[in-house]
Amino acid sequence: MNLAVRDIRHNFSRFVFTTVGIGLLLMVVMGMAGIYRGLIFEATLLVDRIGADLWVVQGNTRGPFAELSRIPVSLENRVRALPEIIRARRFVNHSIQREHHGKPLRLMVQGLAWPDDKGEWVSLVAGRPLGQAHFEMIADRSLGLALDERVKFGKDVYRVVGLTTGMSGIAGDGLAFFTASDAMTIQFDSPSEAIRLDRSARLARTENQDLGHTQPLLLERAGGLSSGIAELPRPQVSAILVSLNPSADIDRVISTLSTWPDITVYTAQQQKDLLLSGTVDKSRRQLGLFSVLLIIISTIIIALIMYTLTLDKIHDIALLKLIGARNRVIVGLILQQALLMGAFGYGLAWWFGQYLFPYFPRRVMLETPDLIKLAFITVLISMLASLLGIWKAMQVEPNTVLA
Amino acid sequence: MESYAGRTEHGTGLMTPPTHQIPSIEAISVTKIYGQGQTEVIALNDVTLRVAPGEVVALLGPSGAGKSTLLTAMALINPPTSGRIIISGELVMEGADAKIDLRAFRRRHLGFVFQKANLIPFLTALENVQVALEINDTPAHIARKRAMYLLDHLGIADRADNLPDALSGGQQQRVAVARALANKPSLILADEPTAALDSHRGRQVMELFAQVAHESNSGVIVVTHDTRALDVFDRIVEMEDGRLLTPSVSSAEYGD
Ligand SMILES: Nc1ncnc2c1ncn2[C@@H]1O[C@H](COP(=O)(O)OP(=O)(O)OP(=O)(O)O)[C@@H](O)[C@H]1O
Ligand SMILES: [Mg+2]
Repeated sequence: MNLAVRDIRHNFSRFVFTTVGIGLLLMVVMGMAGIYRGLIFEATLLVDRIGADLWVVQGNTRGPFAELSRIPVSLENRVRALPEIIRARRFVNHSIQREHHGKPLRLMVQGLAWPDDKGEWVSLVAGRPLGQAHFEMIADRSLGLALDERVKFGKDVYRVVGLTTGMSGIAGDGLAFFTASDAMTIQFDSPSEAIRLDRSARLARTENQDLGHTQPLLLERAGGLSSGIAELPRPQVSAILVSLNPSADIDRVISTLSTWPDITVYTAQQQKDLLLSGTVDKSRRQLGLFSVLLIIISTIIIALIMYTLTLDKIHDIALLKLIGARNRVIVGLILQQALLMGAFGYGLAWWFGQYLFPYFPRRVMLETPDLIKLAFITVLISMLASLLGIWKAMQVEPNTVLA
Repeated sequence: MESYAGRTEHGTGLMTPPTHQIPSIEAISVTKIYGQGQTEVIALNDVTLRVAPGEVVALLGPSGAGKSTLLTAMALINPPTSGRIIISGELVMEGADAKIDLRAFRRRHLGFVFQKANLIPFLTALENVQVALEINDTPAHIARKRAMYLLDHLGIADRADNLPDALSGGQQQRVAVARALANKPSLILADEPTAALDSHRGRQVMELFAQVAHESNSGVIVVTHDTRALDVFDRIVEMEDGRLLTPSVSSAEYGD
């Protein structure tokens, strides 16, 4: 006869409520682990999917995810000229927040090196890759945009031609893919008034210089388009993505590139490591510590529950001692109950999570190794938590039955 | 039984009786003092009581006389301040020192009934009896059969699957009696077991104790206030202020 099960059966609703409570608690622990995994996944998603062997970034910087990296677009051609290199693409990537239908729309703009890269590598759930050099975009579903929807960024309107899913940036914002030049236009878009003011400021500066007086053409140019002024650098990009011949000796390419003083080169793995040890490291540790805290809190709460349940039964436990039950019977009663609560709580946590986590704004990834680890932790904290109750049960004197 | 003979030299002062006449239980010079100093209460004052196998003893006395204290001391759940308790020839308590594993001993040899039935609320009537057997290593199916037999014997077989809450006070008490008898104890200790029963049922329970005692040669001590059923008992012992009023050893049994 199993006393733990009999007791549960007798106080079934109490068991259900307590277990649901424990389940919700474990769900939070589970969710925390899932958010932790999601964070890492999202942080490295782009680096993983974009499929570059090497990242060429501004000299002495840690790349576009860690800090500002600016290199001229022309570097693309310099890199391409090296042997063993099959592709060099500009990497343009930045977050913007705009209004769309009166609601804030945050997205991470990802430039594709048109026409080399039309976004064929982006796994689409609807539509097609980019088909023209301008005014088209592929949007992640999480942005809530529909196929064929038109969105205004700056002075231009872009059409959603493809939809992808599960593509998000480091901060969890959905990705939107544009051609690199569109991405740069969006990035450097200034209101007309700002451009006008800029031009008149340039004109005024030139007018005040001797050069301006002696060179009327220069004066004319200064008040015109910025692209017409040779001295102004062209917009820069964050990095150049390099793809190598599969048979290439990657170390040789790296050592060649390393001799260029104006750039720094990283492998994809190094870029990922930089991301994890830098940008997301603090959030990662924060989540990790919070998970540990939650596990401790869960243990304490389950311990209090087990203690209360034991107190409720203390008279029966004293009676069992009175009629001569071994300690193992009494410990079994408490421990089995704790384990049953833990087990059912864990099951509920998993089940709730299946329905709840997909609605979270950022990715929550329940991975099997984490789930197994948490199952062990649940067993462990259930056992730890019953110690207080067991201690109380061991203290009680059989003659308290008579009191 | 050599050990018994050894112990008699230490002070029971009895002739070594034949094996079947080893007292079921002996409380020898048992004193129990509750509290200390100002609040000190001498609940038992040098009490010596022997109960023979198969003997049914009634313990009477006014409230506060020390009946429950004596009974619980003999039940090995309330250690005396001094004195010895010997059960079936085995020294089990010397003062507050346990000489054996008391819980194992209670499980195997003692049966208890108290004023309140003290049933486990989450077990059915049947399971309440069964649990006493199972903690004494009786296989579940045998335990179940024996529990059912006992309930049947006590006239509550039809309520076997009810939880204690659904039973009347008297029915609960009969389940408690069944539980006490489950392991065929060599000693049954009952503290006002019939307080919750009407006089007819009360008498029935007393008669059942007597029957079990005589059939299985167990000793029975019953604390009672119900003087109408006293004829069921083999011997009546009275207590007052922590002392026995009547001689503790029945002359008929031991030929003193
Ligand atoms: N736990 C205790 N602490 C202190 N004193 C106690 C304790 N238990 C009993 N006593 C005292 O010991 C004395 C004997 O008590 P006991 O319960 O043995 O009496 P009783 O004969 O069973 O009485 P009743 O017929 O009322 O049950 C009483 O004076 C009682 O107050
Ligand atoms: Mg009493």
